[in-house]
Amino acid sequence: MSNINYTKPKDYDGSKSITKFLLDELKPRGKWLTPFNIISIPIMILALVILVYRFWKGLGPVSNISQEVPWGIWKGFNVITGVAFAGGAYVLTFMVYILNMKKYHSIVRITVLNGFLAYVFYAGALILELGRPWKIFNPIIGNSFGTSSVLFLVAWHFLLYIFAQMIEFSPAVAEWLGSKRARKILSGMTIGAVIFGITLSTLHQSGLGAIFLMSPGKIHPLWYNEFIPVSFFVSSIFAGLSLVIFEGSICNKVFADQISERNKKAQPGIIIGLSKICAFTLFVYFFYQLIILIHGQHFDLLNTPMGYWYLLEMIGFVLVPMLLFFYSYRRNNILMIKVAAIITMVGVVLNRMNVSIIAYNWDGALRYVPTWMEAVVSVAIILTQIWIFRWVINRMPVLRESPSWVNEKE
Amino acid sequence: MNIGRRNFFKVIGVTGASLALGKKANAAPKKEEEIEFSGILYDSTRCVGCQTCEVSCAETHGLPAPVDVPTAGVVRKADEFHRTVVNAVSTEKGEVYVKRQCMHCNEPACASACLTKAMLKTHEGPVIWREKKCMGCRYCMIACPFDSPKAEYDSPNPKIVKCDMCFDRQKEGKLPACVENCPAEALVFGKRRDLIREAHKRIAENPGQYVDYIYGEHEAGGTGYLYLSGVPFDKLGFSPSVQLKSYPEMSKGFLYAVPSIFILWPAILLGIREATKNNQSKEEGNE
Repeated sequence: MSNINYTKPKDYDGSKSITKFLLDELKPRGKWLTPFNIISIPIMILALVILVYRFWKGLGPVSNISQEVPWGIWKGFNVITGVAFAGGAYVLTFMVYILNMKKYHSIVRITVLNGFLAYVFYAGALILELGRPWKIFNPIIGNSFGTSSVLFLVAWHFLLYIFAQMIEFSPAVAEWLGSKRARKILSGMTIGAVIFGITLSTLHQSGLGAIFLMSPGKIHPLWYNEFIPVSFFVSSIFAGLSLVIFEGSICNKVFADQISERNKKAQPGIIIGLSKICAFTLFVYFFYQLIILIHGQHFDLLNTPMGYWYLLEMIGFVLVPMLLFFYSYRRNNILMIKVAAIITMVGVVLNRMNVSIIAYNWDGALRYVPTWMEAVVSVAIILTQIWIFRWVINRMPVLRESPSWVNEKE
Repeated sequence: MNIGRRNFFKVIGVTGASLALGKKANAAPKKEEEIEFSGILYDSTRCVGCQTCEVSCAETHGLPAPVDVPTAGVVRKADEFHRTVVNAVSTEKGEVYVKRQCMHCNEPACASACLTKAMLKTHEGPVIWREKKCMGCRYCMIACPFDSPKAEYDSPNPKIVKCDMCFDRQKEGKLPACVENCPAEALVFGKRRDLIREAHKRIAENPGQYVDYIYGEHEAGGTGYLYLSGVPFDKLGFSPSVQLKSYPEMSKGFLYAVPSIFILWPAILLGIREATKNNQSKEEGNE
């Protein structure tokens, strides 16, 4: 993908019709047969076939969800875990627009883009997973407001946050289209969208945990506690930032030709700064979990198979990456920080899957293992997101500098 | 603003009157509160395990008739084709039967979990599912402590299936099908309060026959289905993890915090932003 014919964004000159411009932009750029494309295209086509089958025959024939375990990986992994990883967007907009940490400004756009696509696709995964998706607008406009439901709150917040992120990202679209006036209006709305977005994120990141508050006795006591909402919120901070670190290092290689020298030089400083935040939020999270464990008095449960699984999550994927982050930022070891970020990400996947699937009805007779079809669709959702992500980055000023007509000082 | 004296008094008068009236209206008893929840009392010591309830339930709701029979040691579970099942359990009092179905909680977890109000606790007592509203998220199944709602996974237009205490029959003035057809009189339909009184009476009159406990009187904050048994309830397959507190109570704290955060967060964020902005412009000025 590195040898894409990268052309400088043309300032839209008005003589060229907008439809022709859009059609041109829709065409693929660069070489077609990259390893990523060769692997991802068959998976996406296969997923499409599976989805046709799923809407024709129902959820049962394609998935292993059961009456005992009603939520599988489409919800537990794509929706609940995916949204945690999208947390980077609200943390970074908080740092840049609220705390005025200008150092991180160069990665805000890509993080917001990633967050926006994550929400679109992972909330989109919900549509595949709903038994009756044609009723999805009921809680929004259907005059059926289940206001006592945490999921009602989360659904609304998803929708509103998608709009907020759309506004946060929209100046980049305006720059791509060369519309100066639209850019001026849209970037004026950024602060409002940011503040609204951070508030929404606080509530729905914790809300995703609060969904499970009503299942005491069904979720293993080591994972169930009344503090799940706070745990989910805190872990979304390091989940999001770990993804930013991980994704940043990939983008730096793949889209190297788009990043200016100045931003390339700033990269290590940004990564070290983010790793400090990860280290401290992991520290807070770890001790929070420890207090919850002591408070819950479940020490006897630690010496059971589920207890070992819990210890693996807490020590292997919270304590270890925390120490790694502390160690590596003190030694300016960028590689080690990336390793720590990957371990943290695995830990967050583990945690969300544990709460929503593995520790759910853990003593039931039937254990849920996803079918290969569920796995293919799960992966295909992520691949499709990466496709769109790449398409946008190759066209809009996300990683590269804004066009010359944009006033530097905002 | 320019409000004349006369207008001022007018406004005060109207506000005061509406406040006073508002109070009065609130104090008046609501009609809904006068309606009592209906329920069903199931006496396991009377049940003979004949499955008539299962058969009549299947007939009423157009479901396939049951093929397997209650066998001790085998736990049959309600599913999308069977809204109720009878299980046999061998105990020190011999083979005992227990009917299982939706418990129709007073404060159902499923109804408070439902984001479209498809699951509804009716004023009459039954917890019903409404096809028009449901979007099939299955959060009701996640929330229900008794695992009552079942989904039709093998259908492209799936329904959520569970006992609805024959709500449609109740509206016609008929008894629920299982109650009407039970030959052993193990099932009694009535107002929940009366059923609890009846259950206590039975326990008091035959202390040797029953354990001194009504399952459902307090479970999950009280349920519409009430159980009497001769053996401890955990032996009948009732999960010990079901709590006595109502389940919707568990997420109330979170939901109550939402409006506060919605008001406080933006203000705090804006404040922090302004504070850091000033610092920076000062620093720049000093440079």
